[in-house]
Amino acid sequence: MNPWRSVWNHNRGKVLTAAGLIILVFVAYARNPQIVEAVLASSLRQSIPLVLGAMCGLIGERSGIINIGIEGQMLLAAFVAFLVNVHTGSLLLATVAGVLVGALLGLFLAFMSVTLRIDQIIGGTVINMLAFGLTGYFYQVGLVTKGKFTPIAIPVLEKIPVLGAMFFRNPPLTYLTLLLIFVVQFLLFFTPWGLRTRAVGEHPRAADTVGIDVYKMRYMNVTLAGMLAGLAGAYLTLEAVGSFERAMTNGRGFVALAVMIFGRWNPILSWGAALLFGFATALQTQLQFMRAVQIPHQFIGMLPYLLTIVVLAGVGGRTRPPAAVGQPYVKE
Amino acid sequence: MRSVILSVTAVLLALLIGAGILVLSGASPVAAYTALIHGAFGDAQAWQRTLEKATPLVFSGLAVAFAFKAGLFNIGAQGQLLVGAIIAAAVGFGVEGLPAWIHAPLALLAGAAAGAALAAVAGALKVYTGAHEVITTIMLNYIAINLTDYLADGPWKDTSPGNIVARTPHILDTAALPTWGPVPSGFILAVLLAAVIYWLLWKTTFGFEIRTVGQNRHAARYAGMRVARTVILTMVISGLFAGLGGAVETQGVVGRYQPGFNVGLGFEGITIALLAKTHPFGVIPAALLVGAMKAGSSQMQFVADVPKEIIDVIQALILFFIAAEFLLRRLLRLRAEAGEEQLVLSTGWGSGE
Repeated sequence: MNPWRSVWNHNRGKVLTAAGLIILVFVAYARNPQIVEAVLASSLRQSIPLVLGAMCGLIGERSGIINIGIEGQMLLAAFVAFLVNVHTGSLLLATVAGVLVGALLGLFLAFMSVTLRIDQIIGGTVINMLAFGLTGYFYQVGLVTKGKFTPIAIPVLEKIPVLGAMFFRNPPLTYLTLLLIFVVQFLLFFTPWGLRTRAVGEHPRAADTVGIDVYKMRYMNVTLAGMLAGLAGAYLTLEAVGSFERAMTNGRGFVALAVMIFGRWNPILSWGAALLFGFATALQTQLQFMRAVQIPHQFIGMLPYLLTIVVLAGVGGRTRPPAAVGQPYVKE
Repeated sequence: MRSVILSVTAVLLALLIGAGILVLSGASPVAAYTALIHGAFGDAQAWQRTLEKATPLVFSGLAVAFAFKAGLFNIGAQGQLLVGAIIAAAVGFGVEGLPAWIHAPLALLAGAAAGAALAAVAGALKVYTGAHEVITTIMLNYIAINLTDYLADGPWKDTSPGNIVARTPHILDTAALPTWGPVPSGFILAVLLAAVIYWLLWKTTFGFEIRTVGQNRHAARYAGMRVARTVILTMVISGLFAGLGGAVETQGVVGRYQPGFNVGLGFEGITIALLAKTHPFGVIPAALLVGAMKAGSSQMQFVADVPKEIIDVIQALILFFIAAEFLLRRLLRLRAEAGEEQLVLSTGWGSGE
């Protein structure tokens, strides 16, 4: 079946909600364009690491591997990208280093879950603790980055009202992520690799029978997916913040898993979910900034986490993860 | 016996790789480990430090291990410990005029109840909505961090002159837990609790239910056990232990709630629970080991100039080698013992079952 069709059939409610939100944005824009543009641009920025993490998670789960180590992959990648930037001054090299670290930790997760058959949740926890420990050990106070990615406005397109400010005045890693969302969507649903990946995650025995190497697919996919988490880490230090702090990922790797579930293990839908999370954070920050509401900042800080719980509770029973997720595959 | 060999091997391998990292970063592992051991066991004061550090770890280790028995992964011990610590502090400084034999236990119970309440949320969400406890408990951790920061910097802030940091007032003397020689009374409480848990898990029907649910949820349901009730109760009891650990830390060591004083205690519970092979009596030596590393780490940093975060790396490596039983068994040529329980946490991921 055409996957676009199936997205529509299963998600009418969400699509209609999104349409409603978009109309609301236009009404608000008519009243106060600057603030609306600021909130939307901030929503997109907040959504970037979440959608990258969610795609890392969903490629893994589509191949049958639960990845709760995304937080650690992001953190260590953010740190190494930061170090490379400090020592070489090159943003490009730093990004590549971050992506490679993500891939390396992905490979480590694959080794633990495929070869050693460690329970995948424990495996992810090992990665998180290792990343936390290593970044803490090697972190030195006082290091400063040599610059960060700056926005590149795309001529003509940036002039479009609302959308121009949101999509066409961004730094390079944001454009790259937007592109990747569609690339991963295409790869997963329209290529032989995608079909094999999904087969391995749904019914590895059947996939094995028709000649797909389950171990190889899982190793390859979890490693490739790790690159996305690595990119999210690089985004945090090189584009969003411009420096590194201990535990700076702040739970984004876990929130990304909720985004993945809310987005039904589908890249484009996950992006929609990530935007919703980003929008909630951006709106709250804006309200706080305008002093429209008087809430202690700690309660604002709780918001994405509360939203994650609500989302998980709301969709938990009604979504279906890939059938073989979490189970080690043993060849006969 | 074999599981002890496996655990000891895991610790030794982790220390070995930790030494490798030390060499790579230009430090001397011999100097670092010597300072670490000296700082943990060198004199009576060092012993007291080790026991103090180990006390909350026994509680959080028991919390995680107990939940493991029902196949639940309580990563939220950290958050439960924080709310336990701050509520115990609130009762400790806020309730006046009680004799010590009522005040101290009251504060302990309040802290335990707070931890249990937070864990109950995760248990109920799992049972009624299918939201997996790994994510919900982590989210609750962040919520607990924000909540306790708010309380310690807002309504419950220490307003004594000169104080500018976020912290609660010092607890009253009647709420403080005594230390006998080098042994904190909280440690004795922790050991007693381990015995109670052993009894609960292996000598009662409820314990049998918990273990059955952990081994095979479907079989438990088929046998007529109330799985939903068992899951929620297990989370509640697990949160109770974690909250109690926070309360003991407040009343026995720190004397007040101050953000940043309890960082990591809940996560270390995971390493400890697995190092103990989820057995309540194993938790005590495992917590002593991690407590000793924490107690000695300051001296290591001071004497050998090694950042104390290296012990976080070593702990992660311990966790890895413990989990990689497959690898260790091959290395040591050990076979699995008959009737050994397998720890499976990834069932029910993303859905109710």
